[in-house]
Amino acid sequence: MNSKSQKNKVLKVDYLARVEGEGGMLVKIKGNQVTDVKFKIFEPPRFFEAFMRGRDYSEAPDITARICGICPVAYQTSSAQAMENILGVRVDGQLRALRRLLYCGEWIESHGLHVYMLHAPDFLGYEDALQIAEKNPAIVKRGLELKKIGNELMKIVGGREVHPINFKVGGFHRTPKEDELKQILPKLKWALEASIETVQWTSTFKFPDFEQDYEFVSLSHPDEYPITEGNLISNKGLNIKVEEFEQHFTEEHVEHANALHCIHNGFGPYYVGPLARYNLNFEKLTTKAKKAAKQAGLGSKCFNPFKSIIVRSVELVYACEEAIRIIESYKRPEEPFLKLEPKAGKGSGCSEAPRGMLYHRYNLAQDGTILDAKIVPPTSQNQKTIERDLLNFVRKNINLSQEKLTWQCEQAIRNYDPCISCATHFLKLEIERE
Amino acid sequence: MENNHINDDSTICVVGIGNEYRRDDGIGIHIARKLKKLNLPNLQVTENIKDAIELIELWKNKKHVIVIDAVSSESDPGMIYRFDVSKKQLPAKYFRHSTHNFSVAEAVELSKKLTNLPARLIIYGVEGKDFSEGVDLSDEIQKVAEYVLDLILQEAKPSLQPLNHSN
Repeated sequence: MNSKSQKNKVLKVDYLARVEGEGGMLVKIKGNQVTDVKFKIFEPPRFFEAFMRGRDYSEAPDITARICGICPVAYQTSSAQAMENILGVRVDGQLRALRRLLYCGEWIESHGLHVYMLHAPDFLGYEDALQIAEKNPAIVKRGLELKKIGNELMKIVGGREVHPINFKVGGFHRTPKEDELKQILPKLKWALEASIETVQWTSTFKFPDFEQDYEFVSLSHPDEYPITEGNLISNKGLNIKVEEFEQHFTEEHVEHANALHCIHNGFGPYYVGPLARYNLNFEKLTTKAKKAAKQAGLGSKCFNPFKSIIVRSVELVYACEEAIRIIESYKRPEEPFLKLEPKAGKGSGCSEAPRGMLYHRYNLAQDGTILDAKIVPPTSQNQKTIERDLLNFVRKNINLSQEKLTWQCEQAIRNYDPCISCATHFLKLEIERE
Repeated sequence: MENNHINDDSTICVVGIGNEYRRDDGIGIHIARKLKKLNLPNLQVTENIKDAIELIELWKNKKHVIVIDAVSSESDPGMIYRFDVSKKQLPAKYFRHSTHNFSVAEAVELSKKLTNLPARLIIYGVEGKDFSEGVDLSDEIQKVAEYVLDLILQEAKPSLQPLNHSN
């Protein structure tokens, strides 16, 4: 961080801490005007879409899961759904419930990590979770235990905690027996209570006064809080099927990011993630999750991105309760997967990764070979909104000290739980020949 | 991928960490796999730790833990560091970088604050030579790995029951 003069200021964070991947931030101020804002993503591009070309359709869940160690189930679910849509099958019943259960494990471990270890230090005035542990070890132990339970659930259903190996197009390689799932019920019941305490704890934080007129976009399902499927809706009137995504949203390359920026055509930047899901699907939350939100002072709508830490905690309550519900009603299916025949076609899938909706689209050849792939991760979609938040936040708080303003700008980025490793999957490359 | 030994006071837990696809970064995993093959009693070997939180979970109820990791500190390749963390602070400069979510130094510090550090925690670090993509250790570090394996066996010797040399 450096300052040129009282009139011209630069807020610069070369390497953002407590985010997944490598990114930075630059805000330039001249007098009382913000002249430049950049959320910079310089993690090298990873070319996953190109890797997919020429691979068999059945490999998509395992390959794309490697994009992220925090949300591999999101990649597995969205890619498998896209393939199943092309092949004309629908994974339903207990197999669908198992996928949702695995996804709950991912939400619990990811939200637990972000709330306690990555985001809470911002609100408490600490550099990191180590300092929380020094002052209040019981709090950090609760966070670590929540993350561990999420991981355990992923291991039981997915075969291992990170990059589960049991997931496949059409279902699972093996389904767990009822008893295998029931063994984690006592822990999930503890996690449910711990999550309610998490909502209460985060609601005591001090939040900057900052509400914005966002366009929230998330999945929406008639019967359940969105995790694995639904239509894409927004608070500005969007209501489309997943396969229409590319008609309504455009990715564009900007010079300062190795991740594409995504905009809603005719509307501009939009917001995906827990705050979007909550605002668009509050009525689908469980009674306990709604009650915890109400006690935390949240209404059914929330436009302050700093309060996303409370909303993320409310989703922890939901994920624990949903996991318990699925396990208690689980009956092991007779077959672990549906039989599939490859065929040519185009299909898309979308699910709600912990940090927002993740879209996949594939084109297959007759023998099931992938001809083309498109992956739009949540952080890619949130980039422009993050930059707009930075711009508006600095404008509103331009008289804060350099140190305080830089701190709160970093905090504003972490509101989105950005996963930079996920986002850097593409680099526009142009070759000119004479 | 843990050996199924019953944990008691004499059990030593050996943890090899690193990225086996970045050549010398995988020395911890390489040594752990060799130890696992020896199938020694009272030796619990783990090698696929994903992050420091898992590391803390793994060692929090153990009495004696040995961790092996690669080091990149610009010293001579093959340099072996041994730290008894139960007695002395772990210098973060040797273990600050990580191919995981947290570094080993951060795991140690967090564990200290949570008061769940093992009674005896030994950390071996080996300065790598080649951290490029690939699955084999460099020739130079391969030889060092054999030496570190011997050091660990010596260290664990008092706790190991007599071996069955029937073959």
